Amino acid sequence: MQLELTEQQKMIRNMVREFAEKEIAPIAAELDKKEEYPTKTLEKMAALGLLGIIIPTEYGGAGLDTVAYATVIEEISRKCASTGVITSVHNSLAAWPIIKYGTDAQKKKYLPLLAKGERIGAFAGTEPNAGSDLAAMKTTAELKGNHYIMNGSKTFITSGPKAGIVIVFAVTNKAAGTKGLSAFIVENTFKGYKVGSIFEKLGIRASQTSELIFENMEVPKDNLLGKEGDGFKIALSTLDGGRIGIACQAVGIAQAALDESISYAKQREQFGQPIAKFQAIQWMIANMATRIEAARLLVYNAAYAKDKGERISKHAAMAKLFASETAMDAVIDALQIHGGYGYTKEYTVERLFRDAKITEIYEGTSEVQRMVIASSLLG
Amino acid sequence: MNIVVCAKQVVDVSEIKVDPSTKRPVLSGIAKKISDIDKNAVEEAIRMKEKVGGKITVLTVGSADAKERVKELLAMGADEGVVIVAPVDSEYSVVATLLAAAVKKLGQVDAVLCGEASIDLFSGQLGPRLAGVLDIPQLTYTTKLTAEKDHVTVERNLGDHAATMTSPYPVLISVTKEINTPRLPSLMQILSSSSKPIREWKAEELAGGPLTPKIKTLDIKGVPMSRKNIVYQDDLDASIHKLVGELAKEGVLR
Repeated sequence: MQLELTEQQKMIRNMVREFAEKEIAPIAAELDKKEEYPTKTLEKMAALGLLGIIIPTEYGGAGLDTVAYATVIEEISRKCASTGVITSVHNSLAAWPIIKYGTDAQKKKYLPLLAKGERIGAFAGTEPNAGSDLAAMKTTAELKGNHYIMNGSKTFITSGPKAGIVIVFAVTNKAAGTKGLSAFIVENTFKGYKVGSIFEKLGIRASQTSELIFENMEVPKDNLLGKEGDGFKIALSTLDGGRIGIACQAVGIAQAALDESISYAKQREQFGQPIAKFQAIQWMIANMATRIEAARLLVYNAAYAKDKGERISKHAAMAKLFASETAMDAVIDALQIHGGYGYTKEYTVERLFRDAKITEIYEGTSEVQRMVIASSLLG
Repeated sequence: MNIVVCAKQVVDVSEIKVDPSTKRPVLSGIAKKISDIDKNAVEEAIRMKEKVGGKITVLTVGSADAKERVKELLAMGADEGVVIVAPVDSEYSVVATLLAAAVKKLGQVDAVLCGEASIDLFSGQLGPRLAGVLDIPQLTYTTKLTAEKDHVTVERNLGDHAATMTSPYPVLISVTKEINTPRLPSLMQILSSSSKPIREWKAEELAGGPLTPKIKTLDIKGVPMSRKNIVYQDDLDASIHKLVGELAKEGVLR
């Protein structure tokens, strides 16, 4: 049993850590404040191969395993959770289903664009009345000649206004229930594709989140991903991988909360000594560090299982559930350690506090993760 | 052009703590890395190669675990590495002798690059010593380098003045950290670095026998810095006036 990253994985982590410190950390607060999408950062990340982490080398990616991918998402999220989720969605929710279910022609056409960052990837499953309940989906796609005609709207789409390639789910056979869902590779240039409202959010404000509206959108027949009726299966397996990404984002946020807490506790003096000398602070930091270590190991466990080709629904749900709750616990304690200063925008912990909450919500709420875990245990 | 870069594996000095009772630095468990300014030398070597072509060999004297750090330099763009495994008490004359022997063993070398000093001991001796042993010209404290096929032109920061100089090859050039910003390797470069060769040479074999250190380090201790801890609590203008007065008295302001 080996619980250590390989030397190569460590080199990758160190490279991304250095990149995040130099290029992401200095602008993260500003992007958050202005709700500005990190376009320039993504260009720099593309040059380093970070937008094609898991894309096979023959399509211009780095072809890395999920464990290496996990270290990348954690290190990016440690400095900016918005950039973290954009990278996670791009790799695991947009590129992965094409790698796994795409035809050769689809892979050749779309994967190099994603790997080079020429198009940003997104995933559109959620609708106003259909979140985790995919069967309630209303968006329809009807085959007419060489095109599917798609109608409907999607909501809470990460990178919605900026994405060039979107994996969209729609009903192709209403009578068949979940077996009547299909997945499509949609380009933002397709006729009838429209970006709706952009949400003003509590956290991850630099990752633009919007509605997508499809009005008689013409999707070429060749852009059906998998077969008609495969949509439900594709969505669930893609989200399993996506949950590993969100778990990594949560670990990154939690680690940042710990980093900030340690540095603040050592320099803030009260009653004639640094507050790090007080047991109340020490216990909060010890608890935080222990939970983060446990969360990271759960993430690596899920990533490792994915690389071995195992069924990962339970592992991924456990990692995402524990890591996101760890992140929330960590930011609450971190803000408490910072006292009044932590409540102001002068300190990073204020942003971490707002960013952490979403990890308990998107790509399946904590309640949904518990459902997934319980159903894998109880049948 | 054959370029050699001398790079040293050091402990991450920013993580060093001093044991308050012994005053000695606590070195166990501290991460190791390539000395920052040596990375600038590697970056400059890559830029030279990009302009005039050639091959970059990284040389390091130290422990065998330096291989992992050398891989980072191969990922940046160096072509091969050589780790010369030497005893820990190897001081400057020993290291310079070993590096010179390694450069000679490599054969035709046109340029030898290194940082102006390592971030751990910062003696700045290595470059000049190596040039001396190799008996080649040296251009130290280089802040800008322009490589041509048959000569190199550099700008040097000599403290109170700057100098522009030129030299034919072979030449030793030591660089400052201002010369460039070392690149980060891409994921693909990191992956391909594992196929680049890193050789291991034994110090004794390279030198043809044991090398005796001329200097022996007896002890290393942190230097205590005492602070005056003066707090000015009068109103702002009076406090500033007092502070400026004190600073002038201390000779900080003139």
